[in-house]
Amino acid sequence: MEKETGDFMPTFFEKKQLVTPGELLAEGDYLPGENSYIENGKIYASRIGLVDSDNKKVNVVALRAFYVPKMGDIIIGTVVEVGFNGWTVNIEAPYTALLRASDVLSRPFKPQNDELSAVLNAGDLIVAKIASYDRAHDPQLTVGEPGLGKITRGQILKVIPTKIPRIIGRKGSMISMIKQETNCQIILGLNGVILVTGKTAEEEEIAIGAIRKIEEESHTSGLTDRITQLLKETKPVKVEETQQ
Amino acid sequence: MNEKTDKLIDKKGIRLDGRKADELRPVKLQVGILSHADGSAYIEHGKNKILAAAFGPREMHPKHLAQPDRMVLRCRYHMAPFSVPERKSPAPSRREIELSKVIKESLEPALFLELYPRTGVDVFVEVLQADGGTRCAAITAAALAIADSGVPMRDLVVACAAGKVDDTVVVDLFDAEDKLGAADVPVAYMPSLNAVTLLQMDGILKPVEFEKAVNMAMEGCKKIYEMQKEALKTKYMVVKEVEE
Repeated sequence: MEKETGDFMPTFFEKKQLVTPGELLAEGDYLPGENSYIENGKIYASRIGLVDSDNKKVNVVALRAFYVPKMGDIIIGTVVEVGFNGWTVNIEAPYTALLRASDVLSRPFKPQNDELSAVLNAGDLIVAKIASYDRAHDPQLTVGEPGLGKITRGQILKVIPTKIPRIIGRKGSMISMIKQETNCQIILGLNGVILVTGKTAEEEEIAIGAIRKIEEESHTSGLTDRITQLLKETKPVKVEETQQ
Repeated sequence: MNEKTDKLIDKKGIRLDGRKADELRPVKLQVGILSHADGSAYIEHGKNKILAAAFGPREMHPKHLAQPDRMVLRCRYHMAPFSVPERKSPAPSRREIELSKVIKESLEPALFLELYPRTGVDVFVEVLQADGGTRCAAITAAALAIADSGVPMRDLVVACAAGKVDDTVVVDLFDAEDKLGAADVPVAYMPSLNAVTLLQMDGILKPVEFEKAVNMAMEGCKKIYEMQKEALKTKYMVVKEVEE
């Protein structure tokens, strides 16, 4: 399948091979990376995905996974509950996150003076950053930075979180191309929620179509070319429509 | 099958449904067929038809069931009223509650429960048609559903039964053999790790026969394991083939 690459791989897989949980990947002097684990000196996959190795680390790029919060991640969440001194936010992770009122109001917060549901209500979408998280406590969010806060317009779509790096592309090549071709602003939440804001709904639809295609075909090669083609194909059609 | 038939295996060693002693029933597996579940699988094992759906990890409800140090796996095994010749009451029976527990305990060793404390994974197994050996088929399907949902696993769990029919040890008993035969030994197994996660016995076997039955069941497991991996990979191969 793959051409001989220079690197030495005394392992039980070929580069980018599709593996299932439990499949033996390597034996001996190797380290388990993402989505793999070691038992009795043998490295096995723990998720369905594509294997790869850098140096001594064996990684599986998962095709199915869920988002696990990490400090500093930018995410998009939905407010599910307004509490006494903050909000509960669904961030599409195994845990719900908390956003404190004092963080949003940026002044001393008094429950008797401030009506929290006037600031953010259940159902509102926010772009936020994970301020802290460990497995013993639910993640805390912050919106105290430029670009973060309540979402007022645009369209939301959800993808599998492991596909986000593929949507970004090498050094952001894929996402900047989509942004350029569609004139849309795109915010990628690392939890797999994406916000697309364009001048018109059509432009947003094209961007969403391109992202959907990347999600479906993320594990195939030559994707960038196909996306470029897709964007080029959809664009002229749109121009014709407006002319008629 | 006639109750008075005292021969379940004829002189040539052929069983009532035309199989040899070490032959499995035809197995068909499909992954990802339910769109509202995080992961799902469907198995046809002989005349058994079983659906499995997996959700999570997500916050436990009710909350008091959450464990501070680990993830909780919950299983529900349920037989549809139309799954057997005589209508089965849809309320959970003693047998179903027991099988739910057995399935849960046979899947638990495959999960990294300590990774996501305070969360829960739910697995629902719905038997649409039963013909003996549903617990085994249910485990096989449930493991696939969990793998499809993206929950990390040590290995896929696969199950198969063996037993004694007319003084012969046979693999993969169907309904009549199960009811009229002498013994039934269901085994759940993680082939890559060579670990047994479920071993039960109903009936009486000599030690030699027991050993033979366990080995035969494990051989059967290995055959189904290959189909399991194939089914999981097929879901992602389809996209690849469309492209080529």
